[in-house]
Amino acid sequence: MFEVTNMAFALPEMFMLAMACVILLVVAFLGKTAAGPAYVLSQLTLAITMVLIYQSMGEVGGLTFDGTYIKDIFSDILKMTICALNIVVLTYSTSYLKARGLFQGEYYVLAIFSTLGMMIMVSAYHFLTLYLGLELMSLCLYAMVAMHRDSAVATEAAMKYFILGAIASGMLLYGMSIIYGVTGSLALTTIADTIQAGGIDNTVLSFGLVFLIIGIGFKLGAVPFHMWLPDVYHGAPTAVTLFIATAPKIAAFAMAMRLLVDGLGDAHEYWQGMVIMLSVLSMIIGNVVAIAQTNLKRMLAYSTISHIGFILLGILSGSQEGYAAAMFYALVYSLMSLGGFGMIILMSRNGFEADNINDFKGLSGRNPWYALMMLILMFSMAGIPPLVGFYAKLTVIKSVVDINLMSVAVVAVVMSVIGAYYYLRIIKVMYFDKAIQHEELQAPVDMRVMFSVNALTVFALGIFPGSLLALCTSVFS
Amino acid sequence: MITNFPLLSLIIWLPIIGGVAVLINGDDNPWARPLSLLVSLLTLVLSIGLYTGFDNTTYQMQFVEHTSWISTFNINYYLGIDGFSMPLIILTAFSTVIVVVAGWQVIEQRVSQYMASFLIMSGLMIAVFAALDAILFYVFFEAMLIPLFLVIGIWGGPNRVYATIKFFLYTLFGSVFLLLALLYLHHVAGSFSILDFHDVALSMQEQFWLFLAFLIAFAVKVPMWPVHTWLPDAHVEAPTGGSVILAAITLKIGGYGLIRFALPITPDASLALDWLVIGLSLTAVVYIGLVALVQTDMKKLIAYSSIAHMGFVTLGLFIVFRIFANSATGSGAVLAVEGAMVQMISHGFIAAAMFLCVGVLYDRMHTREISAYGGVANTMPTFAGFAVFFAMANAGLPGTSGFVGEFMVILAAFQANFWFAFLAATTLILGAAYSLWMVKRVIFGEVANENVAKLEDINRREFWMLASLAIIILAIGLWPAPLTEVMHASVEHLLTQVSQSKI
Repeated sequence: MFEVTNMAFALPEMFMLAMACVILLVVAFLGKTAAGPAYVLSQLTLAITMVLIYQSMGEVGGLTFDGTYIKDIFSDILKMTICALNIVVLTYSTSYLKARGLFQGEYYVLAIFSTLGMMIMVSAYHFLTLYLGLELMSLCLYAMVAMHRDSAVATEAAMKYFILGAIASGMLLYGMSIIYGVTGSLALTTIADTIQAGGIDNTVLSFGLVFLIIGIGFKLGAVPFHMWLPDVYHGAPTAVTLFIATAPKIAAFAMAMRLLVDGLGDAHEYWQGMVIMLSVLSMIIGNVVAIAQTNLKRMLAYSTISHIGFILLGILSGSQEGYAAAMFYALVYSLMSLGGFGMIILMSRNGFEADNINDFKGLSGRNPWYALMMLILMFSMAGIPPLVGFYAKLTVIKSVVDINLMSVAVVAVVMSVIGAYYYLRIIKVMYFDKAIQHEELQAPVDMRVMFSVNALTVFALGIFPGSLLALCTSVFS
Repeated sequence: MITNFPLLSLIIWLPIIGGVAVLINGDDNPWARPLSLLVSLLTLVLSIGLYTGFDNTTYQMQFVEHTSWISTFNINYYLGIDGFSMPLIILTAFSTVIVVVAGWQVIEQRVSQYMASFLIMSGLMIAVFAALDAILFYVFFEAMLIPLFLVIGIWGGPNRVYATIKFFLYTLFGSVFLLLALLYLHHVAGSFSILDFHDVALSMQEQFWLFLAFLIAFAVKVPMWPVHTWLPDAHVEAPTGGSVILAAITLKIGGYGLIRFALPITPDASLALDWLVIGLSLTAVVYIGLVALVQTDMKKLIAYSSIAHMGFVTLGLFIVFRIFANSATGSGAVLAVEGAMVQMISHGFIAAAMFLCVGVLYDRMHTREISAYGGVANTMPTFAGFAVFFAMANAGLPGTSGFVGEFMVILAAFQANFWFAFLAATTLILGAAYSLWMVKRVIFGEVANENVAKLEDINRREFWMLASLAIIILAIGLWPAPLTEVMHASVEHLLTQVSQSKI
């Protein structure tokens, strides 16, 4: 039977695609002066897309495009988050890019295209759609990392990112092809039905799962597939690091959820063990290696790895509560990461990167307000109440305790104590050390306000985490 | 009085909001000090309302407040107090006033941040004592670390960074296991209410692990030997106010945690492992008492004496199992637990007073070494009077509050085992030895050097600060009944809980 494709489910993506083309044209015609208009247009695009998603949120969702694409509450919330994060990211980046001669239209074109890729990843319900979204996002990110052409570090980072990313994509595709071989389909619905019906070769299925999980692990940055992450975070211009560290993580989380939960949820017993390994290793390596870092970007990169380990805790539990917890953690993490890298940009000045931990010495004497904001972010990342990072850890650990995986829970809590050390070190540097430099902040007002709102949101969500938690729980019930 | 009036919430949030207000006002604002004093005094006055409105005849929670907080997990804003928490809340409110007064002239840098830290901390600590929801308890329990971490790190001594990070990580390490235990209990009980935890049935194996988790968390706070090493470091480096709060309140949270969690939730494991806690407590009393004797730094000496005194608290709480085993009536058990509670309150006042005395000297001489002093009585006669009195109280002189708690615990220990009592009683000798020997070296004798000769006696602010503490210590020592009466019903209830097996 012929079904009419419901285009409305993909309206925000279509709008964004159209706008991306418009911005591309504007940049092509205006050339060197395009950056300003491109910036405004990008922000508008993101804002209007958010409105479009928000308007359709109450409506009934479902599959479209022959079952390759889905609109559900999960995708709506994550897409809104991705757009919102990128609005903030673009605001933060502007002054940084201007100061380094990187304020070019291309940055915004790439940003919008990669946002589109992320949105497709979130809504994909078919291996190929998912892969298309992933590649659209990744290719833009590779180019963004390399944007600072004259910087050897950035170029090296881009090469690493590209090669490792390509290997990861290859792994993912190989895994997908094996699963196609077992189940006879690329559509997640059919795969799920086939596995539920049983009678398939579970050995081959687990073999395919291994490669699928390697691919997911690469994209998330879980140990032992994390090698690219510190180098890329460190090498890329901070504005790009900020971009990579926030919204793409949400997209990667969505990919993991779509593949492992929506598609292969009934194969939970086969992938749980693998995800436990990824999770435990990420928490251990991420937290322990972060202690040795003197560069804040690298430290935050390792801290990202450890946070990924915690997010995986929620996924591996295989319960609806656990999935909700993982989603909550992913949202909270992106908010904190936004603030953490935002702080580096805030502190940076003409020709000076404030990415060394010692650059924060005595900040509380120089600038008590921003020191306090950073304090909130750091304690939140460390998981100390009453900040929202605590509830993120609480919910994922609770989901592990509820399935009686006490040993994993013990590793998680011990690692969060070790993790606390390097966050405390930042606070120590800001509050207990004497200042060695006294320059004024140069960041523009919009960035300052946005950053304060960012950090205060972390604080406010810590006092009242209930509504966000309820939202995440409602997605999975 | 209006029954629905949220007095507890007011006592918790008034200092926190007041602290934020002080913080926002900025350091240049001359109102930082008076405003802080006003807020802390108001909190103290309100907390007295808890005492006057308290019903002595019941063990049930009073001043209960119950509102949904995180509905997804059924976590509630659930507050209430009983005979254990009420005296500790008043102690907290009182100590905050003392700390604000103590920092009045001494703190010159970042005054508003200093005052705000203590005000916020006071609200958080009161909330720890009042919380009846496990997650609410944990949130305040951990949140309290943040201001204390900053206080030691910013206003502390030369080695403050090491001390404060050690303090933070040590206590965090302990408390994460508490979090696991609470999550597990929720898994079993289906609720985060601490009172529901009390009623849940648990197998011996479950109780064993839960008890160990509680013990790690609260033993670090108390602190019990051998996880006490953070305390001397933290005390030595902390500013006077920080030391006072650490000694007076933070340590009590450990003892309170054992009363609220370990004993009623895991009574069978507590019974099975009482030898462990009793052993560690007696080690603290005897060994740490000896360690205190050889200290050359006054603050370190008082820190070690704190550990020894807190050994009495844990001893008092856990000898009840031996008393039950020896006699059917278990009348001594009430004495033991009440003794532990009185010891906690009394130590809160005495240790605070001792640290303030050291602070008074340190402000003038900028050293805490005992050898730098001698003959202070000649130049500071009024101060010497107070110092000698507090040292006597620390040694457990009859007539002071220090005597009451220790005597009750030792008396109860006789019903458990003679040797427990014997070892515990050595504190009367050791305590007298280290306290009085320090006083002798610092206060009495010839004027040791010209710095001491130039000392000025305490001013009016310091006089009233020390005098108020002296009056309370004397009052509890002479007439402890008002204190023991309020906790009597709660103690009896706790003892019925621990004597019933949950397996």
